[in-house]
Amino acid sequence: MISLFTAEGLAGLVFLFIVAVTIGGALIAVNSIRLPRAITGLAISFVGVAGLYYFLNSPFVAVMEMLIYVGAVCVTIVFAIMLADPGDEQRVGRRSAIGAPVAFGVGALLFWGLALLGINTMWPAAAARVSDGSVKDIGHSLVTTYGMVFELISLVLLLAIIGSLVLARAGRSKS
Amino acid sequence: MSILNLSNILEIYLAIAALLFGIGVYGMLYQRTLIGMLISSELILAGASLNFMAFSRFLAPDPTTGQIFTLFIMGVAAAEAAIALSIIIAVYRNYKSIDTEDVAGLQG
Repeated sequence: MISLFTAEGLAGLVFLFIVAVTIGGALIAVNSIRLPRAITGLAISFVGVAGLYYFLNSPFVAVMEMLIYVGAVCVTIVFAIMLADPGDEQRVGRRSAIGAPVAFGVGALLFWGLALLGINTMWPAAAARVSDGSVKDIGHSLVTTYGMVFELISLVLLLAIIGSLVLARAGRSKS
Repeated sequence: MSILNLSNILEIYLAIAALLFGIGVYGMLYQRTLIGMLISSELILAGASLNFMAFSRFLAPDPTTGQIFTLFIMGVAAAEAAIALSIIIAVYRNYKSIDTEDVAGLQG
């Protein structure tokens, strides 16, 4: 039994808080009718996921999660909401009446099945570590083992930039 | 095993990842607008990344593998978000709406 007033106990308390932030933010993101609220929930949820990454011994990925998701992806979606404002008067009417229970059922079934699978499986014992997963090791792997993938992802990002510029330009009038 | 020791258990992370995935699928079916569905797909990707990170922390011999895979998932997700948002803006120009019920030009 860990006491609450030790470093481990406080870390456990912070972990519970981070889990609550993650789940609560995700629920806000999917249940909001107004899109700005949904995007705020998504940002909150990603802050929580970054905290979970920190607890998984990878502070570098946690920082990248904050930078890329909270800083870039969410802001980009906010810009898209600004450009394509859906005028929130008729937002009340949802899908057909059967839609929400079916969606909830499918989501709950997937969660139940996946969580049960993860908990009931006897995972093999951890193998011997060949590295400790530090930032230095990540950098070494990125330029040696995963060098080809690293180059390819930069190509994918370049194509995405060009493609999104072309797509967003296409419907604009020539004036 | 006390409730304050949960951050060192693999199954807890798997359950959280499964919950994020389930919430994402629920939102994908429940949300009506295209941007809402994009937000839900980001949640699904977050659940998948969390699974990779948990296995790489607890079971893998080389913990860098999962972290690098998660970084690549982030890169692909950023590209996907950029493309999807420009498609949404193009759709909005044509239909003056991002509601999935209104974008029915191919309906027979």
